Amino acid sequence: MSDPTAPAREPLLTLRGVKTFYGNIIALKGVDLDVHQGEIVTLIGANGAGKSTLMMTIFGNPRAREGTITFAGRDITQMPTHEIARLNIAQSPEGRRIFGRMTVYENLQVGASLDGGVHFEEDLERVCTIFPRLKERLHQRGGTMSGGEQQMLAIARALMSRPRLLLLDEPSLGLAPLVVKQIFDVIRELNEKDGMTVFLVEQNAYHALKLAHRAYVMVTGTITMSGTGAELLADPQVKAAYLEGGRH
Amino acid sequence: MDVFVQQLINGLTLGSIYGLIAIGYTMVFGIIGMVNFAHGDVFMLSAFVALIVFLVCTAWLGIGSIALALFIVMIVAMLVTALWGWTIERVAYRPLRGSFRLAPLISAIGMSIFLSNFVQVAQGARNKPIPPMVQDVIVLWTGPTGYTVALSYKQIIIMAVTAVLLTIFWYVVQKTSLGRAQRACEQDRKMAALLGIDVDRTISLTFVIGAALAAVAGTMYLLYYGVVSFADGFVPGVKAFTAAVLGGIGSLPGAVLGGLIIGLIETMWSAYFSIEYKDVAAFSILAIVLIFMPSGILGRPEVEKV
Ligand SMILES: Nc1ncnc2c1ncn2[C@@H]1O[C@H](COP(=O)(O)OP(=O)(O)OP(=O)(O)O)[C@@H](O)[C@H]1O
Ligand SMILES: [Mg+2]
Repeated sequence: MSDPTAPAREPLLTLRGVKTFYGNIIALKGVDLDVHQGEIVTLIGANGAGKSTLMMTIFGNPRAREGTITFAGRDITQMPTHEIARLNIAQSPEGRRIFGRMTVYENLQVGASLDGGVHFEEDLERVCTIFPRLKERLHQRGGTMSGGEQQMLAIARALMSRPRLLLLDEPSLGLAPLVVKQIFDVIRELNEKDGMTVFLVEQNAYHALKLAHRAYVMVTGTITMSGTGAELLADPQVKAAYLEGGRH
Repeated sequence: MDVFVQQLINGLTLGSIYGLIAIGYTMVFGIIGMVNFAHGDVFMLSAFVALIVFLVCTAWLGIGSIALALFIVMIVAMLVTALWGWTIERVAYRPLRGSFRLAPLISAIGMSIFLSNFVQVAQGARNKPIPPMVQDVIVLWTGPTGYTVALSYKQIIIMAVTAVLLTIFWYVVQKTSLGRAQRACEQDRKMAALLGIDVDRTISLTFVIGAALAAVAGTMYLLYYGVVSFADGFVPGVKAFTAAVLGGIGSLPGAVLGGLIIGLIETMWSAYFSIEYKDVAAFSILAIVLIFMPSGILGRPEVEKV
């Protein structure tokens, strides 16, 4: 209260000193990170930096060996994965992980199961408006969709649970530039219109930094820089490492 | 021709029983990638439960109506066996999840030995008969040589009960959120958990459903043969497992189809060739099919986009 620079509210998601290991190999070396209600926060970093590991650690798979993770004031560090999800955090994970032998419609139903299906029709309508392509393909098997369509489905499936916090791991991966733009527009719209809090991992640093309110840079398991999206976009080091040669 | 039709009827009856057991193998394999070797013994155990409940119903409670008795027997057998299935998973398999791959398999073999020995000790080693019931047959026709083609009431009951239960089961798996959770875990457990599905609970449920269907098979087996012994888990178990592999392990329609095929091969072979070699015939067909279709008849060669 006395500190005028402190944010008005406690962050929605906090990580403090989070360390994650694969066997004996350390992947996250003590990560501190905050995501506030209503923000778009992005995390950028080279391949193998540990971005996806961080996204999955939030869900307890793999579990943080040290440090604490809190969501909406609750310590979720040791909570089972499905219970974390039930706190209304959704993730469109790396590799999309569509249920290939289920139809698009069923994938969305599984995404909505937390909600008990009460808002299903309404939410289906909504994601179909966001991604009209899905509407045409509701009864196609997930596994036979194109890569881009699967990406849309992964995001749509995450949206079906009406999450308070949406985690997106490289949503633009493998998509045509026009679709990338469309996906980033969708994220912005969800944030502005619905006030959805978004935590975004991206290789496409330029787009991500333009979109995000705040951003973090990760290098081999450590956060090396943070600031507003605009600050990092202007930073010479970030430019050299992540934006070089990009015509975007 | 007459013999053929008769054997067709017999084969489908037997195949129904195999199919019901095979579903348990295929579902468990689908979700945790493990062959539940104890499943045949769970089937055998369910037949004993059915036997006991049947005797209680008729001798002690004096229930006269065979239909009512059968209904009660089946429901109780399903419930009790489901509880066994749940317990076996909790005690013998869950603690080993995440351990090396062979560990649950070894545990399953141990469970199989335990179950058959347990029943042997508790119920004795001899065949246990029940008083004959539902003896009526419908004579379909009598051929020129005097061979009668008949359909027994038992066979009608077995096929009808199987059809009804498979329909209910299919509906649950395809159309309910429970079934979707089950399929989601089967395809990608990690993702299912991210969507809030309790994976452990879903795996438990798979064992419960598999055991309940095995109990239906056990009840039908008892009805058909009128006798059961502690060793009866093995051969039907292996046949049902063969059926699951033949149909394509992991595939539910495959399990049923496989069961029917194995049942038919067995009865046809017995009728036209030698009854001693009927099992060899069934397993040979398995080998031949697997050479040409390594993932079984309805199995899926894994071609999924990454
Ligand atoms: N299951 C695993 N077992 C062992 N090591 C792993 C595992 N998953 C990731 N790693 C290692 O952890 C490190 C971080 O991987 P991670 O997937 O988090 O990187 P990333 O930042 O998401 O990379 P990318 O941009 O390529 O997706 C890498 O060195 C990777 O090899
Ligand atoms: Mg990654």
